[in-house]
Amino acid sequence: MNFKINRDKLFRAILYGSAFFLIVLIFGFFITFILESSESLTKFGFGFITGKQWDPVDGHFGALPFLSGTLITSFLGLIISFPISLMIAVFLSEYFYKGFFHNVIKTAVELLAGIPSIVFGFWGLFALVPLIREFQLSIGIEPYGVGIFTSAIVLSIMIIPYTASISREVISMVPTDVKEAAYSLGATKFEVIRKIILPYSGSGIFAGALLALGRALGETMAVTMIIGNSNSMPTSIFSPGNTMASVIANEFTEATDSTYVSALIEIGLLLFLVTALINLVGKYIIKKTVQF
Amino acid sequence: MKKISLIIIALMIVLTLQTNSQNIKALKEKAMGTSEILGAGATFPFPFYSKVFDEYNKIKGVKVNYQAIGSGGGIKQLTSKTVDFGATDAFMDGKELNEAGKPIVHIPTCLGAVVVTYNIPGNPKLKLTGDVVSAIFLGQITSWTDKRITSLNKGVKLPNQKIVVIHRSDGSGTTFIFSDYLTKVSKEWESKVGRGKSLDWPVGLGGKGNQGVAGLVQQTPGSIGYVELVYSKSNNMPAALIKNSSGNYIEPTMNSVSLSANIDLPTDTRVSLTNSNSAQGYPMSSFTWLILYKELNYNNRDYKHAKVLVDLIWWLVHNGEKYAQPLNYSPLPQQALKKAETILKSVTYNGKPILK
Repeated sequence: MNFKINRDKLFRAILYGSAFFLIVLIFGFFITFILESSESLTKFGFGFITGKQWDPVDGHFGALPFLSGTLITSFLGLIISFPISLMIAVFLSEYFYKGFFHNVIKTAVELLAGIPSIVFGFWGLFALVPLIREFQLSIGIEPYGVGIFTSAIVLSIMIIPYTASISREVISMVPTDVKEAAYSLGATKFEVIRKIILPYSGSGIFAGALLALGRALGETMAVTMIIGNSNSMPTSIFSPGNTMASVIANEFTEATDSTYVSALIEIGLLLFLVTALINLVGKYIIKKTVQF
Repeated sequence: MKKISLIIIALMIVLTLQTNSQNIKALKEKAMGTSEILGAGATFPFPFYSKVFDEYNKIKGVKVNYQAIGSGGGIKQLTSKTVDFGATDAFMDGKELNEAGKPIVHIPTCLGAVVVTYNIPGNPKLKLTGDVVSAIFLGQITSWTDKRITSLNKGVKLPNQKIVVIHRSDGSGTTFIFSDYLTKVSKEWESKVGRGKSLDWPVGLGGKGNQGVAGLVQQTPGSIGYVELVYSKSNNMPAALIKNSSGNYIEPTMNSVSLSANIDLPTDTRVSLTNSNSAQGYPMSSFTWLILYKELNYNNRDYKHAKVLVDLIWWLVHNGEKYAQPLNYSPLPQQALKKAETILKSVTYNGKPILK
């Protein structure tokens, strides 16, 4: 008896500990970032976010090109991937909800999440970039091939599994009696999906999209390979750009000057804040729009 | 379930962090007790070093653990005293040497060079001057049929294509050598861009690493970029002849790169070889150095360990040089070797020279 109570207490302690540990960890991240980037924080202040010039030679750092690069590629990626992911989810849960074919597609989607990002980068560089270049040649713009649009496409493929898996999960949780009630009233399958299933699972689907967006924001390797790594402000959807994650990956190893290092760490801090902010806003929207 | 996996992940992170620092410690201790030498730094000479260290291990039984983490990392690791020697493509400047506290010596080991490579139909041999290269990379010359290019290349058929500039996106010694040369030959480059391992490029696309630049150049019609000589040789990429300070167009070869060091070298060999006044030298060349503390009695290092380290470097600049050429590296010319010998002889333990 005694032993049992102790175990229970121990279990509780572990649970509390782990939950608390996570908060400490995130807080620790935040403090470290601020301390390490203090030099650049004090030197550039708010101008760091609005500055368009990133010049390691003169020691002048502004992160606007990277901030916009990250946001544009991620949201564009999400816009491209969201309808596809949603259709896959509906298809898997309402049309082919069991059987061999269902398993094949489901595994394929899950497999997509497991592929290392560098493989996506390779695929982008060797398969997608030539295609985009052909397209650019045919419409008469600079045939870079790499750039923001190319990155957005690769990102959109990489984040399909996140939206698709979570959406499939929440769609399959829509109570059968609600659906059957709709059918018995004479609703067609399309009407059931549109009027019952999607509204019912809306917040879950949105949460899936949010997770996918988070993944797109932080994606480093694949994007670095195909975005063109140009540190100037993007002027069109096809122009080369750079993201916050890829500029850190590119420049951190050889950065020796202390201002330079601290500016790179400040980009890390900025990425951290942007991700946190988007997540919080997302959570707020989910809370406000729950319909059932 | 979620929380348990979180704990596991957190534990894994903590554990890997700890094993990392323990590893370094263990290696360090091992290095002190036995004869394992630790080094870290430049990626450019890595194939050469790893071949030489491997041969040395076969002959003398001395293990050398060299981590190719980049020149900047090599300097950091040496000054934080976690390695026995560092390696760098760009010599430490006065400020960095001051910050290191104690005197550091540079020992040149071989030479590298940067070549200008391109992708135009047929890939003919092009002749370029520093001014033209600078204007292309500044975005002022935008077409292959620009007069400034065609007048240098009479009889060569150049395409009526736009020039796509490709540069390195990661911080790199290659970029440093390239921009160091352009800074010397072009006032405009000096004021607009300058020299550094990472630059504020006015135009162009960035590729990560030599392979990234090479990949973009090979894919993009009408492109121009720069890569290491070693890389261009092993991938059969075209390389432009560059006009040197004596007015000769020099093809980048292992020989012409070695010849660029045929000048009066300062005693510490900390010199930039770009645009050197050697008549037959290729103008975008550079030494690559090993760096170590001049006084090796620090952090409880014993005499034996110091001796093993100095012997290793002595062997590298003498017997090791024969492994350079097969790997497309340019060996040290005689007079640079003499300087390296003098510097190595000045390395001390407790104030006494280790080599006699």
